[in-house]
Order: sequence, then C-alpha cells, then structure tokens
Amino acid sequence: MTAKPFVMPPPHAKERRIIFENISKPGYDASIETYLQHGGYDSLKKALTMKPVEIIDAVKASNLRGRGGAGFPCGAKWSFIKFDDGKPHYIVVNGDESEPGTFKDRYILHYDPHQLIEGLVISAFATNTHLCYIYIRCEFPDAAAIVWKAIKEAKAKGFVGKNILGSGFDCDIYVHQGAGAYICGEETSLLESLEGKRPYPRIKPPYFPAVLGLYMKPTIVNNVETICHVKHILRLGPEEYAKMGSAGDGGTRTMCVSGDVMKPGFYELPAGSVTLGELIFDICGGLKPGRKLKAVIPGGSSAKVLRADEVFKIKVKGADGQMVDKEIKMLDVVMDVASLGSVGTMIGSAGVMVMDDTRDMVWALNNLNQFYAHESCGQCTPCREGSLWMSKITTRMLDGGGQGADPKTLLNVADNIAGRTVCAFGEACAWPTQSFLAKFPEEFENVAGSNGSSS
Amino acid sequence: MTATAADPTAATERQADKVTPEFEGEIDEIITHYPVSKRSASLPLLHYWQNHFGSVDDSGIEWIATKLELQPINIYELVTFYPWFRREAAGKTIIRVCRTLACAMAGSYAVKEQFCSAVGLDPHVEHHAFGSAPPTTADGKFSVEFVECLASCGSAPVALINNTLHEKISPETIPGIVDQYK
Repeated sequence: MTAKPFVMPPPHAKERRIIFENISKPGYDASIETYLQHGGYDSLKKALTMKPVEIIDAVKASNLRGRGGAGFPCGAKWSFIKFDDGKPHYIVVNGDESEPGTFKDRYILHYDPHQLIEGLVISAFATNTHLCYIYIRCEFPDAAAIVWKAIKEAKAKGFVGKNILGSGFDCDIYVHQGAGAYICGEETSLLESLEGKRPYPRIKPPYFPAVLGLYMKPTIVNNVETICHVKHILRLGPEEYAKMGSAGDGGTRTMCVSGDVMKPGFYELPAGSVTLGELIFDICGGLKPGRKLKAVIPGGSSAKVLRADEVFKIKVKGADGQMVDKEIKMLDVVMDVASLGSVGTMIGSAGVMVMDDTRDMVWALNNLNQFYAHESCGQCTPCREGSLWMSKITTRMLDGGGQGADPKTLLNVADNIAGRTVCAFGEACAWPTQSFLAKFPEEFENVAGSNGSSS
Repeated sequence: MTATAADPTAATERQADKVTPEFEGEIDEIITHYPVSKRSASLPLLHYWQNHFGSVDDSGIEWIATKLELQPINIYELVTFYPWFRREAAGKTIIRVCRTLACAMAGSYAVKEQFCSAVGLDPHVEHHAFGSAPPTTADGKFSVEFVECLASCGSAPVALINNTLHEKISPETIPGIVDQYK
C-alpha cells in the first residue's frame, strides 16, 4: 500500500521544517529503506543508550506542548504516571484527526509513518511501556494500511517487538481504526472506543487517562504530531528544540490554513514566530483579488472566531516589570498558546479557517452547528439537545424563518451547554455560537428580524 | 413449510452462514492484537465484517458477539452509534463528499449534487437515518452521501470515494472521476 504521490511546495522563508523535512524531499517515500537512508531510527538508537528518566527530562525541558488541541505540556503529562511500579500502562496515539480545519496528521501518517513509529518507540522506552495503539480514523483507510506495513517493516528490523535492538526492551504496536465519530478524538472517548464500547467520554475526575486510562490502567494519550516531535527533541537536543519556539511553547507547530486564502495548506513554523496577519497575508498569499478579510477561526472549528477589525486590550509586562494594558489588532496576535488565549480564543489544533467579506456568518455558523449536532455523542442532555436545537434554529433562520428572539435563544442554549457536560465537546459546540453572536450580532439580528422581541 | 413471499423468514440470507474458515482465521488474527481484552476487537471485527459482506446484519452482530463472548447488544450499540457502519448494503462505489465548513466554502454542496446527477441519483434526497444505506443507484453501482470533515481542508472540496481521496474537485473534474468507477 502506498499513498498517491504528494509533492510538498518549497518552504516559505519563515518555515522551519522538522516534522515535514523528509516529506518535502523529492522522491521520499514511506518505506523503511528510505527512512533509514535519511537517518531513520538513529534517535531510537541514541534513546536506548539513555536512562528513561533522561528522556522524560529532555521532553520536559523542550517545552513541547500537545499538538492535538488542548496544548498540555507533554513532559508534565508523562510525569503523572509511575513507570517503575511494575504495573501495566499504555500509550495510545491519537490519530483521529477530525477537528474541522485540521489536516496535518493525515500527511504524517500517509507519507512518513516511520517517523511516528520511531517517536512512539522512544516514548514507550522512556515510559517503560510495552503495549501501544495508534488510533487512526477510518476515513484514512490507506493510512491505516501504510502504518501497519511500516510497523511490520520496523519489526522485521528489530525496531519494534521483542528485545528492541538487543536492549532487552519489548514494545508492541498495533493500529486501531475508528468508525467515523468525531467524539473519538476526545481522549477518554477514544479509550472507550479502543475498549470496544460506545465511545461516551469518561468524567474527569476520576477518569484522567494518566490515572484510570485504557483498561483502567495509567495511559498516555498523545497526538500523532506530538509523538513525532519526541524524536526530534532527542535529535536536536532539548535546548535547541525549545529555543526554536516561544516561551513555554517549544519547537515547531504545523499550522493548517484553509478557506479564503490564495495558498491554503499546512505550514510548519517555529511556535510563536508569526502573527495571524503574517500567516494569512505573507505565508498564505493573502486573500483572493478584491476581497477583504472578515473573520478567522484560529484553532480548529471549536475555537472562538475572531473578527478582522477587532482590537483587543491585553496585559503585557512593561519595561518596569509592571503589567500594563496594551491594545493589539487582531492581525497582530501571535499564533501561540498564550497570545491566542489572551484574546479569548485558543490555538487548539492550529487549524486556521479564513473567511472573507463574501461569507455569510449565519451560514457559516449553521454549517458548524450541523457538524456538532451530528457529532454529539448523546451522553449529556445539554449537549445532545442543545447542539441539535442550535442547528435547527440557524437552519430555520437561513431558510427565511428567522424570529426576533433567535439570537437570544441561541445564546441561551449555548450558555447552558458550556460547562455542563462530561467532556469538552460541550464547550466546543457552544463556543462557535457564543462567539459568532458576540462578534457579528448585526448579521444575526438582520436575519432574525429587526425588533429583537419574540415574534 | 413452503416458503412464500409473505413469510418474513423465507428468502432472508444470513451473512453468518457464509463465514468461511479463512474468514474466521483472519478474525482470530485480529483478536490477537488485543491481548488485554478481546472486547477491544469489536470495532475491527465490525470493519472486517462490513468490508467483506457490505453491511452488518443481525446474524453478523450475533456472530461477532459470540466470538468475543459478549452479548449481542454490546455489538449492536456500536453499529447504531458509529456512522461508518451500515445495516444495509450500499452501492459498490461509495462517494462520500465532505460537508463541513472549509469544503462547504469551496462548494461542496454543489459538488454533492453534481455527483448525484453524474451517477443518476436525485440530488435532493436527504439521507439521515443511521444504519440505512445512503441513496444508491438502482443498479447498485453508486451511493452518494455527505460526511463530516475528512481532514483535508487545505485541498477543499474533497470526497472520499471508496478508499481514495479526491481533492480540489470542480464541476469539470466530476465526470472524469465518476468514469473511473463505472
């Protein structure tokens, strides 16, 4: 099984390709021979000469944050687990990539599976883990076959399986395919899915994966890209790796840009090195001729939308060390965890969706509402009912049946979902409605009718 | 008893009756991937079953449950939850058009209608019911349905046709794409 040919465009001057360094080389393919020719599994060989705790310390020092959406520091996540108590624990790689606007793991899985496997075996060695699963959404059927083949190749060469490279360390890796449900990207849902159950997310506490994960044993769940970075932390050294990024957000981050830009695609950039404006206008070639920027969803569809002309007041450290207020335009917001957080949204999975002035915000929100209504797992009443009602209301508004109270009702429904559910899907489906209504109230009022009273 | 058209059990073919030793051997191999709990194999077994038989009928649910020492409800609740699984066979070629925002902005609604027209389906028939087959041509060759985000927003609009992703689809490319599957 091979993927269809893919040629990555040459890097933009601001890009720094680590994860996609090999994929961008002409003639690079997913076979182990090619990977070995490009220094493949050298980092694993290095790792096996280290003490596991040294690898964990390196990951901590690298400031690597999870690339799946929540942005949790990876080293800290690993440290929650006692690795030497002789009890079983697991690593599960989250390759469910289904947050609208995100499309980076797809390319890693299809075109450089050994990078993931090497990162995973290093992570397993560091955490004394002997059984790992790679959960891949079933809409990537080729990727599952490619990763399976790569695991078999790696096993034949002694990089996976029993007594890896003579070190005495054993690690088995299996691929597990999803079945078309977005909720399985939520880590506890993914674990339920992997246990063969209906993937209803587990309540936290007590079911933190690090405590009661797969089969109720401590489990690390990391995104595909995150696990790949582990290899590069060892290769480059944690200091060098951390230096590439911004404070507390080390290394590179793959940003996926879609929607109304001239050059949509994914760009691997040092974390925190570009602003939204630079990303859209410089790296992605700006908007189509004659169009104006209207809105940006910066971190996958669940992230709160930003309006093009917004000005934010944020607190920054002044010259005297005191916190002072500073005004910042939307396009000057830096694409990193802290900066997007300070303006009320999030970097999430770094899936940037750009909308120009031809876009109807009621239409756009309705599209997302339909997505969330379809994908709500149905476990929690506020989300199951609320996501459906938000979708029904925006659909009715678009069909010409808007009523004066619709904006208020929508907001009321959204406010009663967020914070009232077992998992973060509640926020994920409420935030688009809350933010679209807050940022573009006039568009919703126009469609709802002018008087604002119920009719 | 002579089977008649009125007898609901008459012509019903049970998928489980067609299980071969080779098929079961593959199933047994899959179960070895889950040394801790074989219940974990329920999803991969459902995939294997549906890939082989085109859908999962009651006998399939019961067969898998028995194989994994579970109750049929434990499998049934998965078939009814996951959008991927079907209780009825779909067309030989399934065209899954991405519906979500980036693809919608790039024209996926029109793309879906054009795919329907190109294979001879009414573009305005909606498909909602989980488990039922998506709209399928009378000759059983094509099914067309919307699916949620396929994670290829940078090359929108996209469609997953059987196992192949088609990107940057336009009205001009649709007839050629459909021809590949005729």
